[in-house]
Amino acid sequence: MSSTGGDIVIRAEGLVKSFKGFRAVDGLDLTIERGMIYGFLGPNGSGKTTAMRMLTGLLTPTEGTVEVLGLSVPKDAETLKYKIGYMTQAFSLYGDLTVLENLTFMATIYGLPSKRKKQRIAEVMERYELSDLGDRFAGKMSGGQRQRLALATAVLHEPQLLFLDEPTSAVDPESRRHFWEQLFDLVDGGTSIVVTTHFMDEAERCHKIAIMEAGQKRADGAPKDLMAAMGANVVEIEGPNLREIRRKLLGTEGIITAAQLGARLRVLVREDIADPEAFLKTKDETNGATLIEKVRPNLEDVFVTATGEGRQ
Amino acid sequence: MIRPLSRISAIFFKELAQLRRDRMTFGMVIMIPLIQLILFGYAINTNIRDIPVAVVDHSQTGISRVLIQMVEATRVVKVTERLTSIEEAETAIKAARVRAAFILPYDLSQRVARSPAANLGTPPSTDEETSRPVAQWIVDGSDTMIAGAIKSLRNMPLSELNRQAPNRSTPTFEVALFFNPEQRTAINIVPGLVGIILTMTMIMFTSAAIVRERERGNMEMLINTPVRPIELMIGKIIPYIFIGLVQTAIILGLGHLLFNVPFGDRILDLFVGTLLFIGASLSLGLVLSTIAQSQLQATQMTVFVLLPSILLSGFMFPYEGMPVIAQYIAEAFPATHFMRMIRGFVLRDAGLVELHRDVLWMCGFFVLGMIVAAFRFKKRLD
Repeated sequence: MSSTGGDIVIRAEGLVKSFKGFRAVDGLDLTIERGMIYGFLGPNGSGKTTAMRMLTGLLTPTEGTVEVLGLSVPKDAETLKYKIGYMTQAFSLYGDLTVLENLTFMATIYGLPSKRKKQRIAEVMERYELSDLGDRFAGKMSGGQRQRLALATAVLHEPQLLFLDEPTSAVDPESRRHFWEQLFDLVDGGTSIVVTTHFMDEAERCHKIAIMEAGQKRADGAPKDLMAAMGANVVEIEGPNLREIRRKLLGTEGIITAAQLGARLRVLVREDIADPEAFLKTKDETNGATLIEKVRPNLEDVFVTATGEGRQ
Repeated sequence: MIRPLSRISAIFFKELAQLRRDRMTFGMVIMIPLIQLILFGYAINTNIRDIPVAVVDHSQTGISRVLIQMVEATRVVKVTERLTSIEEAETAIKAARVRAAFILPYDLSQRVARSPAANLGTPPSTDEETSRPVAQWIVDGSDTMIAGAIKSLRNMPLSELNRQAPNRSTPTFEVALFFNPEQRTAINIVPGLVGIILTMTMIMFTSAAIVRERERGNMEMLINTPVRPIELMIGKIIPYIFIGLVQTAIILGLGHLLFNVPFGDRILDLFVGTLLFIGASLSLGLVLSTIAQSQLQATQMTVFVLLPSILLSGFMFPYEGMPVIAQYIAEAFPATHFMRMIRGFVLRDAGLVELHRDVLWMCGFFVLGMIVAAFRFKKRLD
């Protein structure tokens, strides 16, 4: 196809998008390999959606180059559209059309031959549990049902690469779990997926993630590697007066942040402190604590160290 | 070749399904031509009759009473008030109780006797005396049509006062009225109404077509599909072409039944001309739709285009009466050309060949409109 190797589906260099001087995406470099789920993790306004829209050719980059499936974007965006699927953040199918009509519309617009069209629609309706909902108006369905319909239409033309923009923000946890199982099925079938999210548990399921903040990539890699290379140790403290302990610890040398989780205080201690448990035990601030123990870091800890005030 | 057709058909069937469920719009498609045809067909009449007038009879003679009856017998005016002074008559006009007042002077009998209009045979004494009219009309001249109707009474013959047959003077010119010899207003109004209603509904429906996708949040999905702008535009207007043809059939069919307006012998020309006009109006609506940011804005723009296109089209006021600049502006609107075309097809038995200038212009407008709309429609969010 081009200089891009067959194993790379997306390559972006120095990607910038400015809206009237505001840099929504600010110098993003990406390399995404085939056959994986790649997640953009970040708060609202961190540039996840803008980045994704530049990758699909919906937005023209102010600076930088994008190559998706070997095609230069936005130049070849129209050719690319046959090869990618896209699920928008807000439900964007027709509420006044039925499930079947929406699917037929999309299948026809992608030019599926009529025999193949019937077959594919039946397949996705079966797979995404829409078979009984064919005559239902899309606008009258629940969040979970709409999400399944949106995914069904996005994969109807069997794209090699699927973009999902906060796909689970409007559904319950049960549907979310189920949805992710379906994503892994797709990956198993050879599809590559790019997904944006602000849920830690979702990001943790991705093969690789990029942590986004203020339009920049703060860290990227496999969640496990990111946790291992976090640059901080996590210590949990139990005891009375956790709010007070937290207030005292914040601002203390060697402490990155502290956040309460129920009856525990989760403290991030800088990595260069050799024995973080002993370090905290000897501190006056932790007087009265009944338990101080080092625990395994999670993705939220990675996120906190990589972004905001925790960033070094 | 398969793929563009497939995409156009996808858009077409989607629009059709949405339209079918939009009861309000669907009702308008039928009700607008129906109601407006009946309303305008009966209501608009440029042959004015029975204008309410007041009479101030200072003379109070047999002649004055006969004269008033003669004036009423023309059916142009109808005496609704009898007043005693000119001041009262002016007040009545100001209050719009009457549109004019008929003032008969004290010396009416002498004036009639000397008037050449009465043809009594009395030799006129002096030039000044014979040139005096017998009575006066005070008219609310603000409405030129009312004023014109009363002005037509100015040279009414008075020989009937003398029980003579009216003086049948030879007219200077002979006027033969083609196409509408009975001078029925409906003959002119009904074909014109096709133009008005098509302009209204076609621009209105399509001006919302693109912006609705944006407003309902479907745009991001739509521009992510491989559909091309021109395919989207074509797919979107096809359902409305059928609607336009249905509306035309309703107006001309009912116009024939209710007002006896002919179809003319040029059915094919009529069909092609109407199709072209529908296309031109739809493409204008699409251009508006690519400019508007919301459906409200689209409606506002439609009204902005609609008013001049109706008022300058020649539907109500003759095109020839407009100043040259206004004529140029009128030429820009498809409605003006269609007004000429449909009256030609239906009333004058003209064909596409005779009206080729309007036909060509309409084709050009349609093609240009589609290109501009497609060009303005960006498959990008920035």
